[in-house]
Amino acid sequence: MANLQQNSNNPKASYEYRRKKHAEEMRMQVITFTMMIFFTVIAFAAVGAGFSKWFIIPFVLLLAVVQVIFQLYYFMHMSHKGHEAAQLFMYSGVLVGFITILTFLTIIWW
Amino acid sequence: MSTIAHTQKRGFAGTVWEYLTTVDHKKIAILYLLAGGFFFIVGGIEAMMIRIQLAVPNNDFVSAGLFNEIITMHGTTMIFLAAMPLLFAFMNAVMPLQIGARDVAFPFINALGFWLFFFGGLFLNLSWFLGGAPDAGWTSYASLSLASEGHGIDFYALGLQISGFGTLMGGINFLVTIINMRAPGMTYMRMPLFTWTTFVASALILFAFPPLTVGLFMLIFDRMFGSGFFDVAMGGNTIIWEHFFWIFGHPEVYILVLPAFGIFSEIFPTFSRKRLFGYSSMVFATVLIGFLGFMVWAHHMFTTGLGPIANAIFAVATMAIAVPTGIKIFNWIMTIWGGSIQFTVPMLYAIAFIPSFVMGGVTGVMQAAAPADYQLHDTYFIVAHFHYVIVGGIVLGLIGGAHFYWPLMFGTMLSEKLGKITFVLFLVGFHLTFFIQHFLGLMGMPRRVWTFLPGQGLETGNLISSIGAAFMAVGIIIMLINIVITQKNNVQVGRDPWKDGRTLEWALPSPTPFYNFKQLPLVRGLDPFWIEKMEGKTEMTPAEPIGDIHMPNNSFIPFVISLGLFIAAFGAMYQMDDKAWAIPVLVIGMAVTFGAMLVRSIKDDHGFHIHKEDLLEEDGKGGTR
Ligand code: HEM
Ligand SMILES: [Cu+2]
Repeated sequence: MANLQQNSNNPKASYEYRRKKHAEEMRMQVITFTMMIFFTVIAFAAVGAGFSKWFIIPFVLLLAVVQVIFQLYYFMHMSHKGHEAAQLFMYSGVLVGFITILTFLTIIWW
Repeated sequence: MSTIAHTQKRGFAGTVWEYLTTVDHKKIAILYLLAGGFFFIVGGIEAMMIRIQLAVPNNDFVSAGLFNEIITMHGTTMIFLAAMPLLFAFMNAVMPLQIGARDVAFPFINALGFWLFFFGGLFLNLSWFLGGAPDAGWTSYASLSLASEGHGIDFYALGLQISGFGTLMGGINFLVTIINMRAPGMTYMRMPLFTWTTFVASALILFAFPPLTVGLFMLIFDRMFGSGFFDVAMGGNTIIWEHFFWIFGHPEVYILVLPAFGIFSEIFPTFSRKRLFGYSSMVFATVLIGFLGFMVWAHHMFTTGLGPIANAIFAVATMAIAVPTGIKIFNWIMTIWGGSIQFTVPMLYAIAFIPSFVMGGVTGVMQAAAPADYQLHDTYFIVAHFHYVIVGGIVLGLIGGAHFYWPLMFGTMLSEKLGKITFVLFLVGFHLTFFIQHFLGLMGMPRRVWTFLPGQGLETGNLISSIGAAFMAVGIIIMLINIVITQKNNVQVGRDPWKDGRTLEWALPSPTPFYNFKQLPLVRGLDPFWIEKMEGKTEMTPAEPIGDIHMPNNSFIPFVISLGLFIAAFGAMYQMDDKAWAIPVLVIGMAVTFGAMLVRSIKDDHGFHIHKEDLLEEDGKGGTR
């Protein structure tokens, strides 16, 4: 809802402003898109280069996390105003998931 | 369909059809109240059978196997099918009105949530007639439940899966409603405490039910499709189930108790004629309890051998919850302090709640000390503890809330006299039943035991406990009589029946119009209706001119979607017996569900508008005021 609100009553000014904003955003999207492709290439390369699995698994997971963040913030506009509630709930969910995995890794014996 | 004629008298069949298809949160609330009340009585009958069996030593009122089925169904029914739906009833009836909303965010999903819960509960209870109920306890620990014969556990897993989906949907709907649908001026820090607790409880539902879903799926696969998640012989681990269950299970107890706290936080200010003491610390405590509620689940597993470090961490985290809970207790006491107190029936329940719940909290902290829990675990001490929090907290909240909100939901007032009789019987019965169980536990009586021997000092305690249970039963029966008499007399009490209503729901005419607010109210602070009353007004200041109101159409699809899953569950269950008809039934059920979902997706349903002219005309006639 809140992100639909216009922040100026002057249609001309707000048009100019939004044009600039959009151009900026487009640039960020192109940059992140390139980086995401780059990350994917690195991930494949890391596996291909045959490093130890103790390096590859955490490394690929790390790249994946970064990509998810890019996706959320630059392509799904989570950085914009009006998404605070969604952010709160996503981070809470991540926290709960993390604690679950942490305990499963530490106090369940196999 | 698009006018106010909507609310006119219908025949019996018409009323039934209206309720089968309704998407109105006020009617869904009544459905939850009816279904939850029904399951509460079923669970209560099971409780009475347990207490009859344990009244005297060496009793054989029920067989050992049947006893296991009864305790399992008692716990499962009470938690999933009685306490939660009854709380959902009040959330649906009250929360949207408290925040000044015309409707919930997802009326269709709201209805779907109810029907899923209902069919899940029905499925679970049909186990009684189809070869035996589940018998591994409401916790259904995997080493027991995988070994359980017959279909009892399958009924448990599939039934809870279906009703769990419903609960999850209900929770999401409440969350979005509170985030998006608040009236102008209703900021987060002006929301009534019942709305706040609904919000936090719904967030807990959102995070706690998925672990249960995962655990139940694993159980279903282990039992029906030969996987081995929990099967040690196949390299699995039965402890995984316990973790999943309690990652869900401990938040679940807060899902239940927080809304009850919310109801009490509404009752105390109303009947003390004072605003809630320490509002912001109450909000803070609610959120903190919700957060900590996720960090403590392993206190149910101290004796499984987690090791001293894990036990210590979870013990300290558990004890920490006592702090925000204590904040709340003191705030309630300070709210009553110096107020002009009216001892109405809801207020009696609220006052009785404080000492009762504190006793449950104290035994909770005792159990949180891990070394002590090695002694207390799986004894009647535990049974006493959780009944003190569940009955002393949640059930007192539910009954008190029922008396408090009855005029809002039905327009009539339950008899105060009968209400007080119920209160005394129930409260006395409750303490008689459960107080003595602390000592039975300390003397070594194990939990979930079918019978006991004479000459071990357990006779008197158990007999007293059973007598107390009878008191509670009589109290509930009188309450039912009270309800029947009140509805039969049908004396409408009108707006603000308690005279001291503080929040928006009491500002509405009675019965509440189906569109709730003709004009959205302008909220100018905490307890908005009270603020207006203090300025000599009798109504809320509107925040908008009268205009068209958009309403959703009724729909039969939620019922059909849920029915499909109900049918499919039978197929899924009996296919493990190699019954030829099982797979077709599974397919047909799924087809019904997905077909109904498809219809819902394809068919455009834009709802209807109540026109400004109709609203004005109704005003002219004097309306229902
Ligand atoms: C507020 C509402 C609460 C509810 C509805 C509730 C409910 C329950 C239930 C159902 C059990 C039984 C677990 C089993 O199957 O063995 C239990 C056990 C336990 N509760 Fe609570 N509880 C509540 C509050 C608390 C508090 C405030 C504490 C501590 C500060 C606490 C600490 C414990 C502990 C440590 C156990 C485990 C005992 C054992 O299994 O040996 N509970 N509770
Ligand atoms: Cu717990």
